[in-house]
Amino acid sequence: MTDPVRIGLVLPDVMGTYGDSGNAVVLRQRLQLRDIPAEIVEITLADPVPDSLDLYTLGGAEDYAQRLATKHLRRHPGLQRAADRGAPVLAICAAIQVLGHWYETSAGEQVQGVGLLDVTTSPQSERTIGEVTSTPLLAELSDPLTGFENHRGGTVLGSDAQPLAAVVRGAGNRLGDGVDGAVQGSVVATYLHGPCLARNPELADLLLSRVVGPLPPLPLPEVDELRRERLAAPRRM
Amino acid sequence: MGALARWASRVTGRGAGAMIGGLVAMKLDRSILWQLGAGRQTVIITGTNGKSTTTRMVAAALRTVGRAQGAGLRGQTVASNAEGANMDAGLVAALSAARTATLAALEVDEMHVPHVADAVGPAVFVLLNLSRDQLDRVGEINHIERTLRAGLARHPGAVVVANCDDVLMTSAARDCPNVVWVAAGGGWAGDSVSCPRSGEVIVREGGHWYSSGTDFSRPAPQWWVDDETLYGPAGLALPMKLALPGAVNRGNAAQAVAAAVALGADPAAAVAAVADVDEVAGRYRTVSIGTHTARLLLAKNPAGWQEALSMVDKTAAGVVISVNGQVPDGEDLSWLWDVRFEHFGETSVVAAGERGTDLAVRLGYAGVEHSLVHDTVKAIESCPDGHVEVVANYTAFLRLQRTLERRI
Repeated sequence: MTDPVRIGLVLPDVMGTYGDSGNAVVLRQRLQLRDIPAEIVEITLADPVPDSLDLYTLGGAEDYAQRLATKHLRRHPGLQRAADRGAPVLAICAAIQVLGHWYETSAGEQVQGVGLLDVTTSPQSERTIGEVTSTPLLAELSDPLTGFENHRGGTVLGSDAQPLAAVVRGAGNRLGDGVDGAVQGSVVATYLHGPCLARNPELADLLLSRVVGPLPPLPLPEVDELRRERLAAPRRM
Repeated sequence: MGALARWASRVTGRGAGAMIGGLVAMKLDRSILWQLGAGRQTVIITGTNGKSTTTRMVAAALRTVGRAQGAGLRGQTVASNAEGANMDAGLVAALSAARTATLAALEVDEMHVPHVADAVGPAVFVLLNLSRDQLDRVGEINHIERTLRAGLARHPGAVVVANCDDVLMTSAARDCPNVVWVAAGGGWAGDSVSCPRSGEVIVREGGHWYSSGTDFSRPAPQWWVDDETLYGPAGLALPMKLALPGAVNRGNAAQAVAAAVALGADPAAAVAAVADVDEVAGRYRTVSIGTHTARLLLAKNPAGWQEALSMVDKTAAGVVISVNGQVPDGEDLSWLWDVRFEHFGETSVVAAGERGTDLAVRLGYAGVEHSLVHDTVKAIESCPDGHVEVVANYTAFLRLQRTLERRI
């Protein structure tokens, strides 16, 4: 029996505001349903971040919690070492901001980030909230991305980071810029909640295939139905 | 005019009639809340979960105050927004429906507490708990705590009955001069890992908690509960057996009794009154639907869902979980993934509601055997004969209630 794929759920105690821990569940289940053993390793504020896991997910957070997470990731740079050796990292919403060079809080304080992404974040005039549809810009992805955004921070990419997708509806990184997310090295980041991987199985399998190699199809009719419903849903906010 | 609007809202099916009647009154006079609040002793009940239930309990307990004072019928009336319409319009409707009542128990939406309190000048605040609700609608939880804290600071004469197991409500209350601390339980700690006073970590040790950043820790409670007994100041210990299920309702009852005692209620009489509360705006009641009986539970957010699911009878023939994503529910249903669904055993589970597909995907990835039937009544009918537990979020619950009313 092979060792299970170890999925790092990074700081769900502070960065799990919008169900984003579900991304780790989706990753684990999509392996287990294909008879590939997998487990979730929860890394809390009480633990140093290990650099030995196969892939990592980080979720959204509110201001205070986001700052605690940033401090912890800088003090225990296991995630940075893992990303350097190519372990996939999925960063959702506030996690984009945390992994960037710096972000400015809604109170106006500039917080130094982890530095894995060439991005910076400053508050927008209002929160951008609602359903998002986008067209992926990664060659390995063909299906539209769907999710729900809810953020005040507006993120700007530097030249080392590429956007994950072109926004068809919704705001994405910053209202008016027309792009969502960031891709740099092994890090994939997006503002999409939902959770993101529950609504976008192709992205889930892309991250997994970078760990275990090519994967056979996994037909889940309810997931297809969910995608049809959410892609057709109006953006009301 | 109010009565007409109330009727109109009923027949047009636009939700609680109290809301529409109140909206009309508000249009007539913005200061009406201040006028209606004058000359009463008012209890404001707020928090993310348990507002309606606790308000019902406070109203019941306050009726014993009037009786004890021999105030006759007038004293026994308590103005209360029993339908759960907890913003300005609903409050106006509740207060104008009981103009002569000298006591009022008002459920108030968290973000509306400051200006409602400024209008009615409450004698008592009851602070239940704060956790993530519909984030796409009401904003972040720390902002809500600071708004409440600022609102309370303008009412130093009021008694604040606060849940000391809830970090955020403790922060909201702790600068107030007259706080009665109640250990009402805190099942959902996910939103208070960081200290609302310093931004540092909240450390939990058993039932106790403290901030690692500043001098802020769980105050010692004056009231607390266990499975049989309510404990209070000066060695008070009263047996308490509630008609409502769940540990969370024992905490709600403790806060309701403490609030009523602050206004002069006899503790034993107050306990007897809250123990009799058995249905709250249609929640917890059992109805017959064809060959099934169904108990209706309402849950509006992750903490509420976890509480409601803990009340589900695992020996039932079926569990129907009905989820909508209308504006009052919050359109973002990502929180379904924060709820643990992995524990129904052999019970048949049906995902229902307009957003039943979101739930079905959640259940599928949780490894919970389920079916998907969007119509909630049909979902109940699809279960094996016998008793069905129904958990629904806000508009799914309202729609089910309306459907059932039409069938009777």
